Amino acid sequence: MLPCTGRIDEALLLKAFENGADGVMVVGCLEGDCHYVNGNIRARARVERVYGILETINIGPDRIRMYNLSAGEGSKFAAYANEFVEQILELGPSPINVARTSTDGITSQEEAA
Amino acid sequence: MKSESNLKRVLDAGHISVTAECGPPRGADPEIVRKKAAFVAGNVDACNVTDNQTAVVRMSSLAGCMLIKELGIDPLIQMVVRDRNRIALQSDLLGASALGVRNLLCLSGDHQKFGDDPQAKNVFDIDSMQLIHMAKTMRDEGVFPSGDKLDGALQFYIGCAVNPFADPYEIRVPRLKLKVEAGADFVQTQCIYNMEKFKTYIEDAKKEGLLDKVKILAGVTPLKSAGMAKFMRRMVAGMDIPDEVVKRIGDEPKEKQAAKGIEMCIEQIQELKEMEGIAGIHVMAIEWEEKLEEIIGGAGLLPRPVIE
Amino acid sequence: MITGTPKPIGEILEMVEPYDKIIVAGCHGCVTVCRVGGEKEVQVLASTIRLAREAGGRKIEIKEVSLERQCDPEYVELMRPYVEDYQAVLSIACGAGIQFLAEKFTVTPLLPGINTGFLGVTERQGEWAERCQGCGDCVLHLTGGICPVTRCAKSLFHGPCGGSVQGVCEVDKDIKCGWQLIIDRLKALDQMDNYGKLKPYKGWSSARDGGPRRILREDMI
Ligand code: SF4
Ligand code: SF4
Repeated sequence: MLPCTGRIDEALLLKAFENGADGVMVVGCLEGDCHYVNGNIRARARVERVYGILETINIGPDRIRMYNLSAGEGSKFAAYANEFVEQILELGPSPINVARTSTDGITSQEEAA
Repeated sequence: MKSESNLKRVLDAGHISVTAECGPPRGADPEIVRKKAAFVAGNVDACNVTDNQTAVVRMSSLAGCMLIKELGIDPLIQMVVRDRNRIALQSDLLGASALGVRNLLCLSGDHQKFGDDPQAKNVFDIDSMQLIHMAKTMRDEGVFPSGDKLDGALQFYIGCAVNPFADPYEIRVPRLKLKVEAGADFVQTQCIYNMEKFKTYIEDAKKEGLLDKVKILAGVTPLKSAGMAKFMRRMVAGMDIPDEVVKRIGDEPKEKQAAKGIEMCIEQIQELKEMEGIAGIHVMAIEWEEKLEEIIGGAGLLPRPVIE
Repeated sequence: MITGTPKPIGEILEMVEPYDKIIVAGCHGCVTVCRVGGEKEVQVLASTIRLAREAGGRKIEIKEVSLERQCDPEYVELMRPYVEDYQAVLSIACGAGIQFLAEKFTVTPLLPGINTGFLGVTERQGEWAERCQGCGDCVLHLTGGICPVTRCAKSLFHGPCGGSVQGVCEVDKDIKCGWQLIIDRLKALDQMDNYGKLKPYKGWSSARDGGPRRILREDMI
């Protein structure tokens, strides 16, 4: 549980990809509405940094995105989530997952032989 | 070759001196220097040879000095502390003096970032103030800064540069004073366009009693066009060109701007040479040496006195 | 503190290319404060390398460690028990720390993960600026507490040069003229007399020009 997106750091976001995520959606409060003053603004900066890292290592920057919503915007949240899922489906599995399944594939072939 | 600087003798005799500047070429062709020098010869008492000005690599100042000296011009070697440590500076001072260069101008040098080798390591072992002091010690006391005796003291008329228009203004005169105390015999100023500010500077120098202690050679640069004025104003740090000056040349049609620039320069020299405390004029006709005779003659400063 | 900037990730990936099992080592000293070489940066860098390598089809095993200081032997020794189980150490401490590891662990290649910068201060979060060049003979008492060696682009001792315009150095519009700062401060302190004195040539032998330096405190040995 995170009390605030301000608690998210780059390492955590990257860990999600290491753990097999194809995309990561970060949802924070509306800018200006942070209970901790500027947690969501910091989160945005960190998401942007991870965006840069993913781009340089060819995992694709589009696999991470930050949204700002208020607690009352349930339907908007659903719409954003759907939109992001669509985007990730279009991109397909992350290169990490592709690499992992193909090595698994090789193993099973070897086993089969 | 006489052992004393011609520039010094002209100034000591009470004449308004004239100096010009010759930038060595970006190459090893001596003819380029000789060609420029031909425009200078006869029109000046001494000619500066720049030292990798704006950190752009050029033929060495000492080589340039020797080439113009062959043509009978009294060379004035510029030396920046950007590229040489105190060992190289001392050595080059000895060499220049041995080869008969009698005038020296001590400078910091523009930062290497402006030149064609911005990746170069800079030196700045001592600063220009200390270079003045070092040359004076090696001349008057005949010793190295280390205290060892020189086999043959330096023979230089020692100068420095000042920019009365740089900031902060309030230290400009104290800084000149420091340079005089360090050992400067003469000073060449940055090109002057803002005459009002320059007059204030000279008045302030007078209050400090500096006018009797150092020969002030006022720097001028003829403008070729309003465009050049605007470019210099924008690109050269510490260059003060008032709007009236830009307007005056800019009001002329393009093809007449160069002539106007020369006319303005001549007027300015005439005004400067009448000013109290001005001992000489330093004409920096950048890549326009062929106009020197017209400018200097136009200002009534030709022929140059010959002092035996 | 000693500051630095991360090396580009491409450069780091190239450095670790030959290895499959490395340590990424951070330091809790200066580099943690200027956010290039602390525990967090170790995590981010290790994750990034793992992701990049795995995406490229060749996994890498990384041990993440952060020492209290990489420049003190007692902390460095803590790595000794396991360091030889790894093919290389990628350190994101300053150049001194990295070298110290290299010196102590003689058979393990050491790779620099940051470009060490300068001795500086945090002007505000995310902005650091140089203040001292460690010249070995401090003159701050004469220059209003502002270092001419460091803050003047030409290390002048009798500035400012002719390139100083409205407090800005000729080198870059974002660099303040060190000598304007010195003068402002001397004026505020009523110490302008210091300005008017010719200063002796700086002795650089106490700086790096005298060769690598060493401090020996007999009373502490
Ligand atoms: S004078 Fe030397 S020791 Fe003092 S701040 Fe400057 S570089 Fe550092
Ligand atoms: S402008 Fe100021 S800081 Fe820059 S080199 Fe000149 S004196 Fe030094």
